[in-house]
Amino acid sequence: MSPEFTDKTKKKIQEIISHYPRKEAALLPILHLAQQEFGFISAEAERLVAEILGVKPINVREAVTFYTMLHDQPVGKYNIQVCSNLSCSLLGAEKLINYLKEKLRIEPGQTTQDGKFTLSTVECLGACEEAPCMQINFDYYGNLTKKKIDTILESLK
Amino acid sequence: MEEKILTKDFGLRNNFKIDVYLKEEGYEAVKKALGEMRPEQILEEVKKSNLRGRGGAGFPAGVKWGFVPQKIDKPRYLCVNADEGEPGTFKDRYIMSHNPHLLIEGIIITSYCVDIHQAYIYIRGEYEAIAQRLEQAIFEAYQKGLLGKNILNSGFDLDVFIHRGAGAYICGEETALLESLEGKRGHPRLKPPFPASIGLFSCPTVINNVETISNIPVIILRGAEWFCQKGLPKDGGTRIFGVSGLVKKPGIYELPLGTSLKDIIFKHAGGMKSGKKLKAVIPGGMSAPILRADEIDIKMDFDSLVKANSMLGSAAVIVIDEDTSILDVLKTVAKFYAHESCGQCTPCRVGTSWIYKIVRRITEGKGEKEDINNITRLAGSILGNTLCPLGDAAAIPIKSITEKFRGELDSYVSK
Repeated sequence: MSPEFTDKTKKKIQEIISHYPRKEAALLPILHLAQQEFGFISAEAERLVAEILGVKPINVREAVTFYTMLHDQPVGKYNIQVCSNLSCSLLGAEKLINYLKEKLRIEPGQTTQDGKFTLSTVECLGACEEAPCMQINFDYYGNLTKKKIDTILESLK
Repeated sequence: MEEKILTKDFGLRNNFKIDVYLKEEGYEAVKKALGEMRPEQILEEVKKSNLRGRGGAGFPAGVKWGFVPQKIDKPRYLCVNADEGEPGTFKDRYIMSHNPHLLIEGIIITSYCVDIHQAYIYIRGEYEAIAQRLEQAIFEAYQKGLLGKNILNSGFDLDVFIHRGAGAYICGEETALLESLEGKRGHPRLKPPFPASIGLFSCPTVINNVETISNIPVIILRGAEWFCQKGLPKDGGTRIFGVSGLVKKPGIYELPLGTSLKDIIFKHAGGMKSGKKLKAVIPGGMSAPILRADEIDIKMDFDSLVKANSMLGSAAVIVIDEDTSILDVLKTVAKFYAHESCGQCTPCRVGTSWIYKIVRRITEGKGEKEDINNITRLAGSILGNTLCPLGDAAAIPIKSITEKFRGELDSYVSK
């Protein structure tokens, strides 16, 4: 079935488009909305967005495949993104990534069978004063330890 | 105690709300600028303040604004660079979450000065919560008549919009940011033309970092001379140093430009974590050449760091201790640039991934004698051969690590 935006989102899209002198500039904000609404950006969703903005589907595809926060495949309900950049590495990020791999029994880039968790390693999240840190969906968690990770994951239903 | 400018009111409860902000001289600079000053007077003051860009390049803000053509039949735009992707950097996150109205105030004055009526804040996608806070602050500013039509009855109109990125370090590069804002991949443009003449939607565009713009209100209120006194004559104001890595107290420290790196690490950030010895420091974000422990008796300002063959960059200080293997540091740096190269220029796309492959092989114990020379050679083949500074930003720190820690790196390949 082709995806369709809700009426509320359609209104929001029109408002966003009005922020720019050229419609196509609204591409990233609308892809964020599409991902929020559909979970990921399928080929059908790409065509839908292309139609709204009057661009070719390939122009949408180019963006989806370029920006790491946009997913063209389904991701888990909770996307665990662990920073593996320098400040976090200095404070043990690698151990935490290995711990999460064992705990969830998946490799970075994979999703648990129940569809609950996706594990990813990401570059600097801009929260280096709280290294090691991670982001689950859009929430930040810092000063991580194995114990803290256990508590956080348990709190996610 | 050093005087704070940008972080002064961070401790105030709910400072991100306009009513609290207004009680602390909030928007007084806008009133002064729009009510009493002509745009050319503002430009003169900003030029005299010697405010240099806080994003990394350190280009004088006033000079940049001065490049925007005066007589042109096109709209002009302001893009605030809130992409903050340089590893180790988190200062703009603090400004936007604790003091969003200071940024908005700076945006209004900058726009009035350069005759801009539409401004975009390009914020990295991961900062979703901060984007929401900014949205709220912008909404409040509209309600108080500080944004929108005829601001404070001055006849000046300005709209401000938030534009969220979606995860790409390259979009912190100004022309990649413009491409991204136009709805495309973040592939940097060839310069010239510079954005000041042909920028967003092919119109004249000013692009400044969050911290740069946030310094504008105080320059208007206290004057350029006052601002220069807070820093150095040719490098006005304070800098928000973000200290991370193996120190006791990681965090942000707003200090005068020219503060010594040694003091930042040992006085302000509490010294080394767990009593270990300092091994190395990256003084200005990952793109800055590394300094050895014996090189930290240095003033932190643009010119002093250039003299020391490094750079102040985004003033992100990453502290490395004696227990850390320099090979691990090199691997993390190499991995980052291999991942973030946008792929447009061959030397950068191919060079960064080759370097990462070699370094990874060394970490697996399969290093060969020529590896370190090859890494240096590959870095050299990227340097100066790419459209944008990302190529150099990858090559320079990698070269500096291989040169300054050659002995240790050789020990990993000669086993």
